[in-house]
Amino acid sequence: MNRRENLKLLFTGSLASGLLLTHCTPADKAEDFSPKIAGGTPGGRTAEEIAYDQRLLSEVFFTDEERKKLDFLVDIIMPAGEDSGSATEAGVPEFIEFMMKDQPSFQTPIRGGLMWLDNYSDDTYGKKFLDLSEKEKMEVIDLIAWPDKAPKELTGPVRFFNALRNLTCTGYFTSEIGFKYIGYKGNTPNVWDGVPDEVMKKHGFEYPEKYMALYLKPEERGKVAEWDNEGNLVG
Amino acid sequence: MSFEIKSTGEAYDVIIVGSGAGGGMASKILSEAGLSVAVLEAGRDFDPAKEEDRTQLRPPWESPRRGAGTRVRPFGDFDQAIGGWDIEGEPYTREGDTKFDWFRSRMVGGRTNHWGRISLRFGPNDFKRKSIDGLGDDWPIGYDELKPYYDKVDKLIGVFGSKEGIYNEPDGFFLPPLKPRLHELYAMKGAKKANVPMIPSRLSMLTRPINNDRGVCFFCNQCNRACQAYADFSSGPVLLKPAMAKGKVDLYTFAMVRTVTTDESGKATGVSYINKVDMKEYKLRARVVVLGASACESARIMMNSKSKSHPNGVGNSSGMVGRYLHDSTGADRMGIMPDLVNRERYNEDGVGGMHVYTPWWLDNKNLDFARGYHIEYWGGMAMPSYGTGFAMDTMRKYLKDEFGNPAPNGGYGEGLKKDIKRLYGTTLGMSGRGESIPQYSNYCEIDNNMVDKFGIPVLKFHYKWTDQEIKQAKHMQDTFEEILTEAGAILMGSKPGADTLYGLATPGRIIHEVGTTRMGKNPNTSVLNSNCQAHDCENLFVVDAGPFVSQADKNPTWTIMALAWRTCDYIVDELKKKNI
Repeated sequence: MNRRENLKLLFTGSLASGLLLTHCTPADKAEDFSPKIAGGTPGGRTAEEIAYDQRLLSEVFFTDEERKKLDFLVDIIMPAGEDSGSATEAGVPEFIEFMMKDQPSFQTPIRGGLMWLDNYSDDTYGKKFLDLSEKEKMEVIDLIAWPDKAPKELTGPVRFFNALRNLTCTGYFTSEIGFKYIGYKGNTPNVWDGVPDEVMKKHGFEYPEKYMALYLKPEERGKVAEWDNEGNLVG
Repeated sequence: MSFEIKSTGEAYDVIIVGSGAGGGMASKILSEAGLSVAVLEAGRDFDPAKEEDRTQLRPPWESPRRGAGTRVRPFGDFDQAIGGWDIEGEPYTREGDTKFDWFRSRMVGGRTNHWGRISLRFGPNDFKRKSIDGLGDDWPIGYDELKPYYDKVDKLIGVFGSKEGIYNEPDGFFLPPLKPRLHELYAMKGAKKANVPMIPSRLSMLTRPINNDRGVCFFCNQCNRACQAYADFSSGPVLLKPAMAKGKVDLYTFAMVRTVTTDESGKATGVSYINKVDMKEYKLRARVVVLGASACESARIMMNSKSKSHPNGVGNSSGMVGRYLHDSTGADRMGIMPDLVNRERYNEDGVGGMHVYTPWWLDNKNLDFARGYHIEYWGGMAMPSYGTGFAMDTMRKYLKDEFGNPAPNGGYGEGLKKDIKRLYGTTLGMSGRGESIPQYSNYCEIDNNMVDKFGIPVLKFHYKWTDQEIKQAKHMQDTFEEILTEAGAILMGSKPGADTLYGLATPGRIIHEVGTTRMGKNPNTSVLNSNCQAHDCENLFVVDAGPFVSQADKNPTWTIMALAWRTCDYIVDELKKKNI
């Protein structure tokens, strides 16, 4: 391992360890190993993790042609609605581009599936997929989008579409647009005081009487706990 | 904080290897006794309160993989256990068709940064299993010896729960428990019909403060990301860093310990370690060496510490180091709750873990396997992350369309989008975590054919589940089906059968591996005495889960810390008496 790599190890997101600072010359300290391309995961990364994210972010997997097909397909799978944006607006193609490199086992099925669309379109309509009419495009998609109805010989393309559906849906619902659409309410500082009363009523539940006196009382949340010798909370 | 590298000759009272639950506790107790302490950690420093280390409260779109797991973070991109089952440059091997996966976390605090915080005391029976069922061995100590330490751990660290008066699930000093979530209420309904008890869970998050140094839980459901308010138990902020602030504690990060060094009389003189930053070897000297590197890593260090006085490795004159390795059993099942389809939205986070659980409730006399398991429950409206919206090619059929017919699997478009929204928060899952029988034939040893990138010989694992564990997993599956069905769930997938050992997890996967340096009265069949002191090296101690004679159906961390505290009291006492 050379000195440059040593320093990379040192600059692991947190400078707190400072382990080797005693061994560094001022010139060494001036070297900068921080991420150059935005978009890597923040928070307690190792130098290896930062370098890995940087490499993936600097590489391009999909060709322009593939990317056009991808953009079209993800918006078919997760289109814009009255109250929500589309997959492309949610950044799904960028996410899928990244996942191709992060989990390379996706590469062949997805690339091959995108090629199959052209092959099939050419055989059937004499045109590439993106050159088909909207009606023809949907005919092709409908062949492979319904696993329980699809012809047996199309199992491969169906699996491609399943994988693409997985990535598109998960990309969509892990975006800001997706959070809003699904109605996610969590991850804000709060005090848990049980299921709202009206929901409890609707589902026919009541909290067990036996524990009501024990459950956390929000108003006591600031009080430092004290116990008697038997382990009963007294303060 | 001091990080200056000490060269050969620098001496401490105590060297502690590892900064997780055991090492962290040892650093606190020993430094508070006025001893000078060096803590060696193989990974980087980490402090969840520092903005640059924070992943808590980050939405998935701050990760380019939307929170998907990586080789380094198999539990997700925001999870704070850096390492995983497959660490670059740090291999291990398996004998024959052995399946064993070894999880390691290379960072200050180790695995305590992400663990489930399930903080259960072992009960009186858990120390005396051989006396009860004739299998395995009894511990050389009992619950009464550890009880005062469990009490102290409860008060020092904080755990919520409820006093239940169950003999083998001893009560402690509990903070207020939390009201169950909606899916947990359904689980309770199912469990009641199936005659299975459920009680408030016992987790080490601060529902109320225990002092003025740590914050109180603000309910973000992300304890696996480590808490910036220090409201859950992680060894770094709760044990090690306070010890460094108050006492004579030096922390060495990126320090990969290779051996315990010994003198001609066989006493430990310190450790030899590789500094991962400059890849050079350093030696540190101390009067006492305390290993808390994790059960398998501590065993590896001991077996690699060969000398004239310890030809089989230090502590290993019995040949027992590495033997009796065992992990908890584990199996899971999940269902979808039609009653929860299209449910009302509200902030359901709570703590990062279940609010209710099932302790072991049956008598093995009436069963075809030994030892029990507890049940964990999961589900609800957690933060969407990588995986949300997957599997609509098989799951959409669980929804009904407007005419009451099953929705078609797969598809696309507005209908699919709505169905994923309707399915959100409808899963109810169960996980059994149980006790296995320790076996002499399940072990790790040094593989002389391979070294890691630091030149240190690696571990080879030998492990086979027995019929006891397989039958226990079968019982888990039957229980899961009964409870889920009674709760009103549609069971997902098919019931795991004999061909998959009833879904029994690969050993190592539950990450409760223990027993490799077990304690005992007989120096021929154990590595440590009842004070976790090596039988053949009086100033060498182990404070991780290696000393466990048996791993109960309870998570090991609370017992690691109670035992480490007790061991450290003994060390201080022996040093005072000049016995070591």
